[in-house]
Amino acid sequence: MPFSIPKEEYMMSGHTACAGCGATLAMRYVMKAMGENTVVTVPASCWAVIPGNYPNTALKVPFIYTPFASTGATISGIREALDEEGKEDYNVVGFAGDGGTADIGLQALSAAMERGHNVFYIMYDNEAYMNTGIQRSSSTPFGAWTTTTPVGKDRVYKRENKKVVADLMMAQKVPYVATASIAFPEDLIRKIQNAKKIKGPKFIQILSPCPPGWYFNAENTVKIARLAVETRIFPLYEYAEGKFVLYKNPNPLPVEKYLEIQGRFNHLSPEEIRTIQENVNRRWEELLEREKGKVIP
Amino acid sequence: MRAINKNWSIMTGNEAVALATKLAGVKFVSAYPITPQTAIVEKIAEMVANEKMDAKFIEVESEHSAMASVMGSELAGVRSFTASSSHGILYMHEMLNWVAGMRLPILMAVVNRSIGPPWNIWADHSDTMTQRDTGWMQLYGESNQEAMDTIILGYKLAENKDILLPIMVMQDAFTLSHTSEPVEIRDEEKVREFVGEFNLPFKIDINKPMGYGSLMPPDGPFMELKMDMKKSMYSGVNKFIEITKEFNETFDANFPGPVEGFMMDDADYALITLGSISSTAKHVVRNLRNQGKKVGLLRILLYRPFPKDLVINYLRGLKGFGVVDRSSTYGPFGSLYMDVISSIYGKLDIPAANFIAGLGGRDVRVVDFEEMFMRIMEGEDGEIWINAGVK
Amino acid sequence: MVLVPTAYAPSSNNKTSSWRTTRPVIDYSKCTRCMICWKFCPDVAIGVTFGEKLDYPNERFSKLEAPFINYDYCKGCGICASECPFDAIDMVQESEM
Ligand SMILES: Cc1ncc(C[n+]2csc(CCOP(=O)(O)OP(=O)(O)O)c2C)c(N)n1
Ligand code: SF4
Ligand code: SF4
Ligand SMILES: [Mg+2]
Repeated sequence: MPFSIPKEEYMMSGHTACAGCGATLAMRYVMKAMGENTVVTVPASCWAVIPGNYPNTALKVPFIYTPFASTGATISGIREALDEEGKEDYNVVGFAGDGGTADIGLQALSAAMERGHNVFYIMYDNEAYMNTGIQRSSSTPFGAWTTTTPVGKDRVYKRENKKVVADLMMAQKVPYVATASIAFPEDLIRKIQNAKKIKGPKFIQILSPCPPGWYFNAENTVKIARLAVETRIFPLYEYAEGKFVLYKNPNPLPVEKYLEIQGRFNHLSPEEIRTIQENVNRRWEELLEREKGKVIP
Repeated sequence: MRAINKNWSIMTGNEAVALATKLAGVKFVSAYPITPQTAIVEKIAEMVANEKMDAKFIEVESEHSAMASVMGSELAGVRSFTASSSHGILYMHEMLNWVAGMRLPILMAVVNRSIGPPWNIWADHSDTMTQRDTGWMQLYGESNQEAMDTIILGYKLAENKDILLPIMVMQDAFTLSHTSEPVEIRDEEKVREFVGEFNLPFKIDINKPMGYGSLMPPDGPFMELKMDMKKSMYSGVNKFIEITKEFNETFDANFPGPVEGFMMDDADYALITLGSISSTAKHVVRNLRNQGKKVGLLRILLYRPFPKDLVINYLRGLKGFGVVDRSSTYGPFGSLYMDVISSIYGKLDIPAANFIAGLGGRDVRVVDFEEMFMRIMEGEDGEIWINAGVK
Repeated sequence: MVLVPTAYAPSSNNKTSSWRTTRPVIDYSKCTRCMICWKFCPDVAIGVTFGEKLDYPNERFSKLEAPFINYDYCKGCGICASECPFDAIDMVQESEM
């Protein structure tokens, strides 16, 4: 059984993403899980450029470009109108970057989720504004270099912790919330298939490493995404209709393993790395708390 | 709404708009509240809740989202509507451009209100004047009857296969939106037939997947798309005349069309206005005519596309005219004035004054119009602020 | 009809082979047909073929579908080589090809 994920492709070759782009893998897997009855909306982001120039399009489904802040609202309108037309079986998907989700689009996202439309909102998280050339977003992690958090004389770089939008969505009690990784496509696809069973808003945050933005060699995209989970930097969880399940790796790797192969963390001192490790440990404990003693094999 | 007889009712401009969306067969409404637009959305919400209107209504969390969601619904092929005012219009500026560029025939009712600071909820046209170049057509009504009729005519115009552009339908804050007038309710069946089915030629279809708004380099058809928008919009002037004729025949009405000339036939002097202050201006014209003064009024109903040929025809032969701008914009003159003057440039050489009046709901009174007529008859030109200044 | 900014042409009309400086070459004598390379290619540049004419590490694998690299689209990122658990993919400098 060599094919562990659906064989059918809805994303095509010839797109213009950088070599080794994690955001492209995210789309490829999301579309495999969604299938052909799907309408995708993207705001300003790398994914507004990846399909290439007019008239090209990289997906085999309708693909709607929308202004940066508006993904949540655009998919709300599409969903309600399709339902009016009797097309309840279409999947309506918003596919936005971390900037378009955690920052400028947060209001429209939160509101769309609150209104309860039957939509998917996928956040591909490459932890900065990549399309405009690597500026910090609120989803950029502590310690990361970006062009607007440069490593200057005073060692100024991102000092604030990552805002985890999936956590916000759980706080809002969105019916389905999950985090996923392009290193675990089977898990990612399974989560979307679970999400499909829920009629209501669904939010999935996918860690999508970016070679030029994170300063690593393109061949390491999947490896880094995997290390993010193995070091518990990016925990994978699923929250469906109030039930929270955390994916647990019993022998986590130290965070250095994840940090050391990315140029954006090159400047970190041992002390700062310790801080990151402590934060990761604390968050892990909090997530275990949340799970309230539920045991996952 | 108090019935006079079976077709007539006393209603506010806001009620007239809400009712018109039901008559026109709107299927999706999304909006965000702002004074003085709220009554439109409340009325629609109530009609939907009581199954008097067969549509879906959502209240979103901002005007940007209101416009984004009606973009989504129209792309999915459903006739859609929103309404806003003032700061709400400014807040959706980005989306206004986007839906026009997407060629979506969305209608939005605007209750014209000033822009702060300071906060002020009363009528002027600054909100929509600042959006005049977003690719939207703009209709400025004078009465509650027009508030209803412009919605009905508007959908037919916007959804025309050779136009496919969104339309803002304006009424002035409070003077129309919250003031009751008799309105003839158009027959629903006839309206449906008049407006026709909504059938967006490029609506979302999984059997025909497309990119909607894909990245376009300079040599892509970018300029051609913009050129086509302009061409389509300006074909709207004649289309609007045709549709007006059909409307008046169908409903035995007397909707004026793109512009209304009032006592213009043999006039020597005229004012050009937009919106509800035109009624006061007409009253003054009548009074001055009784005194033997040959004056008239040209009311612009269709402001975008600007009906320049019609305007030229009306102005030809005048000895002087004045343009009343009810908005604060920061070009060398008011925006309506600049549109008129650039339209007649090289064709007519007539002294023309620009009056700035009625900002933030300031009354434009009978004496103010009398003053304006007096000043143009004295050959004044330049920018003149009316009923304003430290007293 | 008006001009609208909607269009369709598959992105596969756009060949991205010139982006590559190194190319992945599969050594079929090591390839167990696990399809992990196929799974992780961001450019959908790894196709599936019947491997009867190809080499294989073991008779068992000879009847399975095998990956093949579509050099029209491969950007040479190296993920496939890096993820292959059997070290069956080599990245070779294009200049040496
Ligand atoms: C209103 C607005 N502000 C700014 C921009 C410029 N802009 C385009 S894409 C982008 C960054 C997107 O970042 P993110 O959402 O993280 O997606 P990514 O590019 O990283 O994939 C920005 C700032 C814009 N298009 N619209
Ligand atoms: S900048 Fe990063 S996210 Fe954007 S296309 Fe390149 S690899 Fe992908
Ligand atoms: S090198 Fe990268 S683009 Fe080329 S086949 Fe391997 S994974 Fe795909
Ligand atoms: Mg990003």
